[in-house]
This record gives sequence, C-alpha cells and structure tokens, in this order.
Amino acid sequence: MIHLALQPLMQVADSQLPPTEGVFLIGTVVKMLIVFTVYMVGVAMLTLAERKISAWIQDRHGPNRVGYGWLQPAADGVKNIMKEETYPDAANLPLFILAPAISFIPAMITWAVIPFASPLPTPWGRIDMVVADLPVGFLFCLAISSLGVYGIVLAGWSSNNKYALLGGLRASAQMISYEIAMGMATVCVLLLSGNVSLSTIIQQQSTMGWNVFLLSIAFFIFLIAAFAETNRLPFDMPEAESELIAGYHTEYSAMKFSLFFIAEYANMVTASALITSLFFGGWDIPFTQWDNLPPFTVLKTVLTLGAFLTKVLFFLFFFMWIRWTLPRFRYDQLMSLGWKIMLPMALAYITIIGTVVLALDRAGIARGPTYGAIMFGMNVVLVVLLFVVLDRGRIVSPAYSRLDREEVARLRDISSGKSTLAEKNA
Amino acid sequence: MTIGVKVLDRPIEEVSYVRATLSGMALTFKHLVDPHKVTVQYPDEKWDLSPRWRGTHRMLTTEDGKSKCVACGLCPTVCPANCIKLVPGEDEQGNRYPLVFEIDEFRCIFCGYCQEVCPEEAIHMGRHYENAEYSRDKFVYDLDRLSTQTHPVCEMWDPADPKGE
Repeated sequence: MIHLALQPLMQVADSQLPPTEGVFLIGTVVKMLIVFTVYMVGVAMLTLAERKISAWIQDRHGPNRVGYGWLQPAADGVKNIMKEETYPDAANLPLFILAPAISFIPAMITWAVIPFASPLPTPWGRIDMVVADLPVGFLFCLAISSLGVYGIVLAGWSSNNKYALLGGLRASAQMISYEIAMGMATVCVLLLSGNVSLSTIIQQQSTMGWNVFLLSIAFFIFLIAAFAETNRLPFDMPEAESELIAGYHTEYSAMKFSLFFIAEYANMVTASALITSLFFGGWDIPFTQWDNLPPFTVLKTVLTLGAFLTKVLFFLFFFMWIRWTLPRFRYDQLMSLGWKIMLPMALAYITIIGTVVLALDRAGIARGPTYGAIMFGMNVVLVVLLFVVLDRGRIVSPAYSRLDREEVARLRDISSGKSTLAEKNA
Repeated sequence: MTIGVKVLDRPIEEVSYVRATLSGMALTFKHLVDPHKVTVQYPDEKWDLSPRWRGTHRMLTTEDGKSKCVACGLCPTVCPANCIKLVPGEDEQGNRYPLVFEIDEFRCIFCGYCQEVCPEEAIHMGRHYENAEYSRDKFVYDLDRLSTQTHPVCEMWDPADPKGE
C-alpha cells in the first residue's frame, strides 16, 4: 500500500516541468503538513510577539521568565488546557461549542491559496510553493474571510449574555461594512492584473512594480479594512473590553477562549499575507527580475521565501504597532468611516483607475515599467491630495449636538400624532 | 443622529487623521526602541528602601542574646492600634524582662511610636517587606520571632537632618 502510494516518487522527471499527478498529490499533502505546522507555531509565537511589543512600547520588559520568555506561549497553552471549561446555564450548547471552531477554521483555510515562494525544483518535477494554486484564488479568499464573522456572531448569540450579544452584533455590522470597502479596493488590483489568481497577480507586480505604488489608495483602504476585518484596534468593537467586558467571548473559558485568541492571530497572519500578495509583490524580491524567471533553483525558492516572510512579519508588526498607538473608534464613527468615507473613496478610485487603464491601453502603452511609472506619478498626486488637502479640518461623523428643545417637542408631537407631516415640513 | 453625546469643542481646522496617526506611531516607535525600561525585575533586583522605611518589627538583643526589652510598658501604652501585648516578669537580680511580648502585625499601623518611645532602643521598625505567610496566626510575632529576625532596622530620623531634608 505504502509502496503503491510512493510509486510516483520512483520516477525521475524534468525538474523544471510540472510534476505528474501522483507526485502532485504527495507534494500537496507534504505542503499541507508543513504549512499547517509552521503556521500554528508562528501564531503561538505571535502571541509572545504581541506581548513583547506591547511591553516595549509601554517601557516595560514583557514576559521574560519562562525560558527567558521564549516558552511563554507553551506555558499559556498548558495553562489554558488545564483550566476549567465553563458552560453558561442558558447558553445554546451545540452552537456555543461550535462557534470557536467556526471562527478558527476559515482563518486557516485562506492560507491554502497564498503563494509563499517561487516554485521549487525537485527530481520529480517543479513543485509550486502554494498549497492550492486555485484559478479563482482571490475570490476564494474573499469568500472564506466573510465566513469568519459567523463564528463571532454565533459565539455572541449562543452565550445568552447581553455583552456577548452586543459584541456579536457589532462584529456582524462592522465586518460586513468593511468587507465591501475591502472588495472594492481589490477591484483595482484585478483591473491591473486582469486575473483573480494570486500567482498571476504576483507575476504582474514583478514586471510592473508593486501595487502599493501603482494603487496606493487602494492599498490604504485595504489596510484599514483589514484592521476592521481582523477586529484589531482601532476597530476592536466586538471585543471592546472597556465597554463590553470581553465582547463576544465573555462567556468562554480555557481552550475555547484560547481558540478565539488563536483565530484572531491567524486572521492577522492571513491578512498580512494577503496585503503582501496583493500590494507588495508577494514573494517578489525588489529591484531584480532574477527571482521571477526560470530556471528555478532551490536558492531562489529559499530567498523568495525569505522575502515573503519579511514582508508578512513587517505587516504583523504593523498590526501590533497600530494596536498600541491608536485608541478605539466610537461605534457611530466606525460605521460612518466605513460607509461614508471608505466606500465612496474606493468607488471613486475604481473609476479613476479604470479611466487611466483604459486611456493607457488606448494610447498603446504596453504593461511594463513605463506603464507602472505613469500610474505611480498619478498616485503621488492622489496621495498628496488625499492626505494633505482632504484630510484637514474634517471629522469622521461629528456627533451631532443635542437637539434643541423646540426640535424635540416638534418630533414628539409628530410621533404622538398631534401634528402632521405637512406641519413638520412647514 | 446620536442624542446626548458629549461633543468636544476642538478647532476643526487642525483636525487630521492620517498625520495624527503617523505622529502617534512615531511616538510609540520611539518608546519601542528606547532601551530604558522602567520595570524593576523584582525578585532579581529590588528597590533600595528609604532609611526611614517602617516595616515589620524587630527586637534588638544584647551580646549575650537576651532581648534589650526591660518590660517598662511604654510601647503598649503609646501604641495607637493597641497591637502590643506585654506581660512583664522579674528575675532574681530584680531585672525586669518580658515574659510575653507579642505584636499583632495585622493590627499594627506602622506609626513607629513604639520605636520612638522605647527607652532601651529595643523594639524597632524593620526596613523590610515580603511578609507573606501561610496562615493568619503567623502574623502575631512573638518575642522569639521578633528577636531572631535579622533585617535592617528603621532609622526613624537622621540626627544630623531631623526634618528629613
């Protein structure tokens, strides 16, 4: 049986060509195992990184007792496994137990489609360094990431706790609102690449320049939406410990709580990897075409993997950096930022990019460095306009002042039927 | 329309989000890389206590190991918390000594009057913290315990600098 399964490995093939189906299957299983293991260990280390960075920013030392701090994630894990699992009497038990898994699994699945290095040549053929190079890669990411909200909403609802419910409600409103801005921002990326496969998007960026320079404002919108999607500060409405105790996971204890925690960090990793792939050229090494062109070698795979990890780690650091810099948005400001600013901005940007792409294509400029330079020039103008001119003297949803008494009296009259709409309008 | 939300009156011309965020990030980054951390690594390094620190008591002893206390009764009298229990005794030579000398450290308010009033400089406040015990009755320190503790004692005041300047 094992001999049969390993049969494909007995044959030697051209290392620069795609492998046979049997090798492909074995390779995928191996990739799944490695990626999953590295991912989980990485997430555990992220909890340590967050505590260290928060400590340093607050002029503290952070955890440094268990194995000089390095074993802190293991200590946390042991503690969480040994703690008591509590079940609220009034909770809806099946959903209560299911919710942590529902929020945890989508965060991990998204990683399947993210390419993390250039293809690896092996004696049995060329192995793509992505678990599943789906042709619909990016759409898959959007589809799965919208599933994540179910875990949070179900956790909030099934706990039968008012704070948890409020957290769940906020999560659903927030994540759905920002998903729209996020999707709109990525439409610009698709306009440039002309394909939804993440590998193609990365290839396009290696020739034209990274999308962060070509589509700066789309990147900006995507970044903010990513913060909202992962429920990180300044958008941690669903958790909001100063307002809602612990939000949707108020009633969770021990390993189930830990699962929500892991899901949050897994979401962060995925969001960072997506930002890297869509806007920072994925595994592309800047200033050189050497890494993108065949023949592929092991050295190229290692170096591009390093480039990819560096970018992802930078964004993970960025997530934490922002968390310990900005305070939480107020809820009405959050909603109006999403609907009144991010969405119109994204729509306007799609229009501009669409027009420019059309004009450049009409002018007969091939997609390449020149094309990228023109886009970059336009973006510099737009960024200056947005950050220096438009971001001045404006407040996101100024809370309206109290209604004056006359107005309140008039509204009361209308609602109690004493006056009519005609009078109100007069 | 949010009703009843307090509105801060801030000059709207100066409001900005992106630049304010960037300057905030610059500030936090400065602290991130700042090697000076304020935390004291407690069990490994400890604060120097003030010479006037008033902690749990110590009874000083003479060279031959007997306590300096002459059971005059001044400290239980002056104690505002009434936490000192003293039963005086007298030996064959007519020297008074404490038969029972107990201080309830839970009742004690650490005012230091006992040390100030003691004519023999026997009872002292200690320059000491870390008093954890496994049971409450361990906090009634008897004469034995008071005499065997070795931590430094409180100076109360520096004769050269009585106002602590």
